Amino acid sequence: MKILVAVKRVVDYNVKVRVKSDHSGVDTANVKMSMNPFDEIAVEEAAQLKESGVATEIIVVSAGLSQCQEILRTALAIGADRGILVETDVDLQPLAVAKILKSIVEKEKVPIIILGKQAIDDDSNQTGQMLASLLDAPQATFASKVLIADGKAIVTREVDGGLETIALTLPAVITTDLRLNEPRYVTLPNIMKAKKKLLTIVKPEDLGIDVAPRLKTIKVEEPPKRDAGQIVADVAALVDKLKNEAKVI
Amino acid sequence: MAALVIAEHDNQSLKAATLNTVTAALQCSPEVDILVAGSGVEATVATASQVVGIRKVIQIDALTLLDQLAEPLAAQILSIAKHYSHILAPATASGKNILPRVAAKLDVAQLSDITKVVSTDTFQRPIYAGNVIATVQSGDSVKVITVRTTSFEPASGTGDSSEVENVAATEVIDKSSFIGRKLTKSDRPELTAAKIIVSGGRGLGSGEKYQEIITPLADKLGAALGASRAAVDAGYVSNDYQVGQTGKIVAPQLYVAVGISGAIQHLAGMKDSKVIVAINKDAEAPIFNVADYGLVADLFTAVPELTSALN
Repeated sequence: MKILVAVKRVVDYNVKVRVKSDHSGVDTANVKMSMNPFDEIAVEEAAQLKESGVATEIIVVSAGLSQCQEILRTALAIGADRGILVETDVDLQPLAVAKILKSIVEKEKVPIIILGKQAIDDDSNQTGQMLASLLDAPQATFASKVLIADGKAIVTREVDGGLETIALTLPAVITTDLRLNEPRYVTLPNIMKAKKKLLTIVKPEDLGIDVAPRLKTIKVEEPPKRDAGQIVADVAALVDKLKNEAKVI
Repeated sequence: MAALVIAEHDNQSLKAATLNTVTAALQCSPEVDILVAGSGVEATVATASQVVGIRKVIQIDALTLLDQLAEPLAAQILSIAKHYSHILAPATASGKNILPRVAAKLDVAQLSDITKVVSTDTFQRPIYAGNVIATVQSGDSVKVITVRTTSFEPASGTGDSSEVENVAATEVIDKSSFIGRKLTKSDRPELTAAKIIVSGGRGLGSGEKYQEIITPLADKLGAALGASRAAVDAGYVSNDYQVGQTGKIVAPQLYVAVGISGAIQHLAGMKDSKVIVAINKDAEAPIFNVADYGLVADLFTAVPELTSALN
């Protein structure tokens, strides 16, 4: 059984992002870029499914700039078998990515698709659901446990206030939440092996997909700064402030 | 054209997040309908019909909608979507799950987690976990939107009853089925809906200390319990307690951070709280840069003292 995993190249989660002075976007020049953390969990899950004998081949896909090859190589080092880069310098939005992935899923006839629940740059939380919708496939978002058996995916999902478990008929789309697994450290021998794995580059035009952005960013800005408040002397002073000044207790 | 709000409910009752979403919807269109799609939803429909400012409630009642699975729900929304210029849902686990399916089928972009309606086609939304605010404009014919509920006041839920329209459910091919649900049984408010949150960090040192120090304070304040990623990673509490960029984004009236240093990751999840209190023995901790009230003290004595002072 094949698994397809989608990965996005984003500003590393430890980087404090800065808004460009003309407010047209976020400054990504000379900033450390990494694989989106939720996507790393998706690759790890696929690798574990392969190690447990459920999956036979893991295809990892990224869409964007040529530099996305770096994170594809990371995914190949974690355990993916081959990579596909859909290369474009267009600012890709979730609907465009979902269309790209749909085209590859259909061509490759993949029954299990795993994505991160959201990218930590645009925080959209849409692509997995959109892909499932376009494929007319069922979905399990925010997965914290995945079991594949008898042509079904049994997925436990993190919902508000607890967990729910659902069964999906394959093909299905799963998006990962934090608790699903802990991605392994990539070892040097695996990085070397990953360099020899197949990485194909295609263009959105080759797939016949219009990736033009639908949303126009008018401006980006920093949120209003929160001023540091006051240091209180002791617990009694704190209680007094909360009761009489902030009036929150 | 009118705006449609997808009600958040558990069949028996309407969730408060719906009311905040109605407020956002009324800023998009003067005509707002609420869709209640579920099974055995009469009481929920009755509550929804009393929300002030709405035109009507659309009721779709079918057994297939009992468990609020994304596939059948999206199909119901799509069956009535052509009547609306805006389709909104709260940015809860449920809203986030369902609405992108609707947007994709309509071949439109979705605007996730909006915090402000600038005009009927332009909205503000946080990106980079709230470290940046983007103003975005949609050129699509239908705007599909999830709403950050903490950014909009709730509409009043005690008006005169509006009209209720019954719509037959669309048939859906069954590709997903519900197995079970395990909701954390707790008298506490949910983290994302709580007015007060007490959060613990690695300064606590262990899960036992978390229970011993944090829980009594939260009990006293009627607060929800939270934690930093460091505390979750160290195994003090389970992942669903986590507040931060990769956990839950919260904005309560009062946020009490105990033994939390204030990594960017954590600040991103709580800095929109109205009042922030930090208790930490390290006076240099970054959490003090965002705290309204900081107490530099040993949490193991200060927090129990605070708990007893609240009698």
